[in-house]
Amino acid sequence: MPLNGDPLVRLDHISKHFGTGTTRVDALRDVSLTVYPRQVVALLGPSGSGKTTLLNVIGCILAASSGSMALDGERVIEDGRWLRSDLRRLRLDKIGFIFQFHNLIPFLDATDNVALVLRLAGKDAETARARAAELLDYLEVGNRRSAMPAKLSGGEAQRVAIARALANRPRIILADEPTAALDSKRAGIVMDLLRKVAIDQEAAIIAVTHDEKIFDRFDHIFALRDGRLEADGASPA
Amino acid sequence: MNLAYRDICHNLGRFLLTCLGLALLLGVVMAMIGIYRGIVVDALTISRAPAVDLWVVEANSRGPFAEASRIPGDVREAVARIAGVTAAGGITYQTVEADHQSRKLRLYVIGYEPTRPGGPPEIVEGRAVVRSHFEMVADQASGLVLGDRIELGRNTFAVVGLTRHQVNSGGDPAVYITLGDAQKLQFDLGPPAARVQIARGTAGAGRDTVNAVIARLQPNASVDAVAETVRRWKHFSAITQAEQEDILSRSLVDRARRQIGLFTTILLFVSAVIIALIIYTMTMEKLKQIATLKLIGAPDRTIVLMIVQQALALGLIGFVLGTAMILAIKDHFPRRVVLEADNVAGLGLIVLAVCIASSGLGVRAALRVDPATAIGG
Repeated sequence: MPLNGDPLVRLDHISKHFGTGTTRVDALRDVSLTVYPRQVVALLGPSGSGKTTLLNVIGCILAASSGSMALDGERVIEDGRWLRSDLRRLRLDKIGFIFQFHNLIPFLDATDNVALVLRLAGKDAETARARAAELLDYLEVGNRRSAMPAKLSGGEAQRVAIARALANRPRIILADEPTAALDSKRAGIVMDLLRKVAIDQEAAIIAVTHDEKIFDRFDHIFALRDGRLEADGASPA
Repeated sequence: MNLAYRDICHNLGRFLLTCLGLALLLGVVMAMIGIYRGIVVDALTISRAPAVDLWVVEANSRGPFAEASRIPGDVREAVARIAGVTAAGGITYQTVEADHQSRKLRLYVIGYEPTRPGGPPEIVEGRAVVRSHFEMVADQASGLVLGDRIELGRNTFAVVGLTRHQVNSGGDPAVYITLGDAQKLQFDLGPPAARVQIARGTAGAGRDTVNAVIARLQPNASVDAVAETVRRWKHFSAITQAEQEDILSRSLVDRARRQIGLFTTILLFVSAVIIALIIYTMTMEKLKQIATLKLIGAPDRTIVLMIVQQALALGLIGFVLGTAMILAIKDHFPRRVVLEADNVAGLGLIVLAVCIASSGLGVRAALRVDPATAIGG
């Protein structure tokens, strides 16, 4: 995948530890990572290797102990300190999240689950619903726009979740095991969709995954072990 | 997009069932308040019935309701002559048990002079007592109906009229008979006891004794001045209507009032705890959703509003259902349940305040949710 433009995610020597003294745990050690627009990258690693911690740091949920981070050209962390106070707004504007179990709000239908993000961003109800409908069509679940999450299949629910992640046109999408709850056919479809999103929206997609059957869908696979980024290579496929 | 409303609609059955449970609890609280108000109203009803301004009773007594009081009947003449008094009447009160249609009736017998103050305030059926003897106006709560005949003491009385809501502080229905009949009922001894008194040489004492003399004053007369005049006579106490009501509400029903007041407070406290638990549980069930909302950028106020709105909806619906329920069944209680608008409104405000305060627990739990918990299984 050709690299173009400035990196969307840039981590320089990010470390994160929990606790102090004998109880200190180093979850991330000196992690540097750069992801460009249109890239789909994977974070691999055994349990406790720091994948989720890294995702939380990039997602502006967790502060790093040291190092710097820039998202979409904006410096967000410098020497382990947040440079922005309104992280909620930062997440809303720049980052979309996709979860392992879709995490759709069960009392909102598919359209409103997507429209909710736009309403939170200040869009009026009509605009939000129109954009939601457009996204659901784009992800080929437009026929299920009035369905409640409980009535959606796993694949449909994950597509609605992707639509929600894309609602506010973020350029960084973080996915936590996006295909873990899907069979291989549906996992392939979801990864194709994510690839399409990365290309169409000039977005960077970072996914934590253990799902070997989709390894060939990534541009880069970064392996984490004991908090260190061990590999930075192209997809084995 | 109102998240609270959407969540309620999604789980409507469960929410309404919760509201119903709360409604039953609030209905009990309201019933207790109504019973409490009923006791106070019942206690004051009999003292307000004659619509008088002054009660002349035995010296150093707070009678005739809170303490015993016996004064000569002719005191009425002296009271009636005081400047400013427009009407005065002797009155007696006593509780009797009578057999009627194979059941015991507990009645509060009021003896009065039909042409003077002291009679029933309103007759809803039949007529007032007009004959000198053996006629009675009874309250509907006694179960007596027009034409019923009932034996009191050694005489039989015919029910000629009916009143409504005339009961004493103990809830016993009032019956009105003439003063003469009442004095005979209260003071006449049975034949064996009378014979003993004759043998002791103490018979023949007049039975013209009343429990109180009540007086109605001219509109511009000073009730305190008239009371002061009576107090100067020695042997008598004068109690104004306001003082009488104060005695009744503070002394006579004070213990019952405090008992019910305390019980109502406990019930309110239990309701508050239950509301808090319901809201807390409702919030805990949504922690994952709250974490997701936070992660996708929902501000804290959106989440707080969702919890508080649900708490208020729960309280409001529970309160309305509880009020409707108690209004529907209040007349079936054995004693009067009085629900006054200000009491109901007061409870409503308390419920809303409790809901807001109780939602604090849920709000606290929600605000402490780490958005990171949305990530991962």
